[in-house]
Amino acid sequence: MSHAAAAGHAIGVEPTESPLTPESWGKLGMWIFLAGDAMSFGGLLAGYAALRFGDPAWPVPSTILGIGLTAVMTFILICSSVSMVKALSAVRHGDHQRFIMWILVTAFGGAIFLGCQAYEWTHLIDHGLSTATLFGATFFVLTGFHGLHVTSGVIYLLVIAALGSRFDAESNNAVEILGLYWHFVDLVWILIFTFVYLI
Amino acid sequence: MAESHPEPNYMAIWFWLALLTVLEIWVAQMGIPKALMISGLIGLAVAKAALVALYFMHLKFERRTLGLIALTPPILLILLTFAVYPDALGAALDRITNPKQPAAAAAAH
Repeated sequence: MSHAAAAGHAIGVEPTESPLTPESWGKLGMWIFLAGDAMSFGGLLAGYAALRFGDPAWPVPSTILGIGLTAVMTFILICSSVSMVKALSAVRHGDHQRFIMWILVTAFGGAIFLGCQAYEWTHLIDHGLSTATLFGATFFVLTGFHGLHVTSGVIYLLVIAALGSRFDAESNNAVEILGLYWHFVDLVWILIFTFVYLI
Repeated sequence: MAESHPEPNYMAIWFWLALLTVLEIWVAQMGIPKALMISGLIGLAVAKAALVALYFMHLKFERRTLGLIALTPPILLILLTFAVYPDALGAALDRITNPKQPAAAAAAH
């Protein structure tokens, strides 16, 4: 245990390091937020499972939804997770230019994903899919809630890029924390793609 | 900084994620028996999620308790899915026993 943490264990004094994530309290905070957010998505997915299994007449998703485009979207998000870890690696090695470049690549990937999602939604709505049916309602709520997270993530990425000059090899916890949020968004999409589109 | 381990091979993880995605689409479209398809897809999805969580989100190199925090929602959610399943089953049974009388079924409640 570091001197700071040992000193912090005097009675009535808060520890100066987060017990699980000594580098940063923010990192523990983000993990706890993600655990709660996972419950939100999971609640929606569990409800979707219950509704779908309770209805033998539920449409086969691949007859209504476009698997091809969504597969490309999945691949784009996976690539954006890779560019995110590259951005973190760059800032940790003090390479400021590459750090900003990879953050912007990640944001670009997220924006392309959202563009594809908007195209898909427009196409489906034009062909009559709406929240009037349970299939439509669950589809739009699940993908819409996820899309909201991607949108927030893109804004978050751009804000960190704009604040880029304050991060360097010694001080980059905020970039790691941003990465956790972005990978979570990718992870949730992996599950939505499987349960809503493929199964 | 607490980074005392070599960086994982991120491109290898990317390759596995891409491969598992292709496998998922293949399994979904192969026309195999439904139960097998569903368990196969869930297995592939869990594998992909684990790769993202362990390597991209760095859980493999964090303290074990953080991993337990991260593992708690999936466990609770599996319990939740089983908890709401009787409602789903009940709705399915309702539809089978009262197939063309939705008004009667609604009035009976």
